[in-house]
Amino acid sequence: MIEPFLLRALAAGVGLAVIAAPLGAILVWNRMAYFGETVAQASLVGVALGLLLNIDVTASVIVTTLAVASLLIVLGRQKLVPLDAILGLTHHGTLALGVIATAVIAGPSVDLMGYLFGDVFAVTSGDLWLIYGGGAVVLGVMAWLWQPLLRVAVHEELASAEGVPSRRVRAAFIVVLALTIAIAMKIVGVLLAIAFLIVPIVAARPFAATPEGLVLTAALVGAMSVALGLTLSANVDAPGGPSIVLCMAIIAGLSLAIFSRR
Amino acid sequence: MTGAPHAEANHHGHGPAPHHAYQACGCGHEHGPGKAFDTTALISARGLTLKRADRLILDHVDVDIHPREIVTLIGPNGSGKTSLVRALLGVQELTGGEISRVEDLKVGYVPQRFDIDRALPMTVVRFLSLGHTSPREHLRALLAEVGAERCLDQQLSELSGGELQRVLLARALTADPDLLVLDEPVRGVDYTGEADLYALIGALRDKRGIGVLLVSHDLHVVMAQSDRVLCLNRHICCSGVPDTVAQHPEYMRLFGPETARAFGVYRHHHDHAHGLDGSALPGSDSRGAGDAS
Repeated sequence: MIEPFLLRALAAGVGLAVIAAPLGAILVWNRMAYFGETVAQASLVGVALGLLLNIDVTASVIVTTLAVASLLIVLGRQKLVPLDAILGLTHHGTLALGVIATAVIAGPSVDLMGYLFGDVFAVTSGDLWLIYGGGAVVLGVMAWLWQPLLRVAVHEELASAEGVPSRRVRAAFIVVLALTIAIAMKIVGVLLAIAFLIVPIVAARPFAATPEGLVLTAALVGAMSVALGLTLSANVDAPGGPSIVLCMAIIAGLSLAIFSRR
Repeated sequence: MTGAPHAEANHHGHGPAPHHAYQACGCGHEHGPGKAFDTTALISARGLTLKRADRLILDHVDVDIHPREIVTLIGPNGSGKTSLVRALLGVQELTGGEISRVEDLKVGYVPQRFDIDRALPMTVVRFLSLGHTSPREHLRALLAEVGAERCLDQQLSELSGGELQRVLLARALTADPDLLVLDEPVRGVDYTGEADLYALIGALRDKRGIGVLLVSHDLHVVMAQSDRVLCLNRHICCSGVPDTVAQHPEYMRLFGPETARAFGVYRHHHDHAHGLDGSALPGSDSRGAGDAS
């Protein structure tokens, strides 16, 4: 008999793996992995704000994520310093700010590790509602935006010249990304959230010949990693989120190693 | 393409600046405002002006492209070629000027750079059908028209430079365009491949009766079939048929006597061109033969 908390963890992880796959693909194709990473880690500031203002942490994380993403887009337009340097600055700056703010505001009682690495075994049925309800919204919007997102990923200028409103499409994508990060934070925390999006795509790439094939394979790899990671975690009493991400990373490493030998 | 041109106003309250109004630039004609649109043209632009942070990118540029006409746009780096192309495509906001297009003008566009990320798996046939639904046989026929039929099921990231340019041409043809806009179409293509591509563009013009705007970074070589060469350096410095433009004093002044001396014109005297697999395609010198009606 499987414990209910283990079943909830499995349901949450598999749900997140499926939601994450199409977003991860768009991030990788647009070389936005580090952008996503920065935005996700900045969401810790959102946690602190939520605690400070005593409002729902998920909502404050979504708002903060959107604000940081907009700031990055504006900063990315200046030509003095390359975008990755801006990301490096924001990445560490916001993480430091988030850790300090959370500690100062909530005091020593706050479970900082829980926010940083998530607690997949503490997922409640309310969280499951958020994951599956929010996930349905995310997948719905992604399905609706898929063709234009794909065309912008293939070639933004060509897409614009052919009439795709590429700026609006990108903006809508960022909103969906913020929602996904807020969902992922519950399970794997701010430090590992983007791994759920990026790593399965890397693992699946050698086996895919179409964009949609890549997304489906990545969802499968993600779900498999969740099952493996939770098993590992339950057997050696390791933290859940990091165990899942470790399994993903090993699969991705093997996948690339086997492919590059061919 | 019989509809009357309709103007698309781009004025934002900026009239032509007075000190530009009748300024001659040594090219024997005036760049004055108020010239009417060319109603026989597919696309007719007047006084296109673009300022970016006090820098003048485009300065009262007039362009007309007619059906069956190949217009080559040359100019040094930073001369505003790409901004002009973007303006004609309708994706560049302008500071001033107006563009008139034939009603329902369909434009096929081949961008300058195309570096698809290898992490994005996509076959050529899928790329061609992005954004619309076309039967596979139609797409195969388009690829055959540009001599790249065998690429149909290949991954985009595996194509050679020449193959990629042909596939991009095929993509531009999916719109069944009246006007093709090609931004440096021979980029990443070797010398013989370059001649073949120019021949192919000429053949497409002849067969489809379309207008072509060809942007070239290469100041030395201009496609022989160009009906007109426009020489851009923020404003149109000089224009003319390929053989005469190189003799133009403005051209000499702009590019220096060294470049002007080396100026060559692509002469392609084959009666056929070659596809990627060596198959013969409709010739480049068949202008006016058969389908010129």
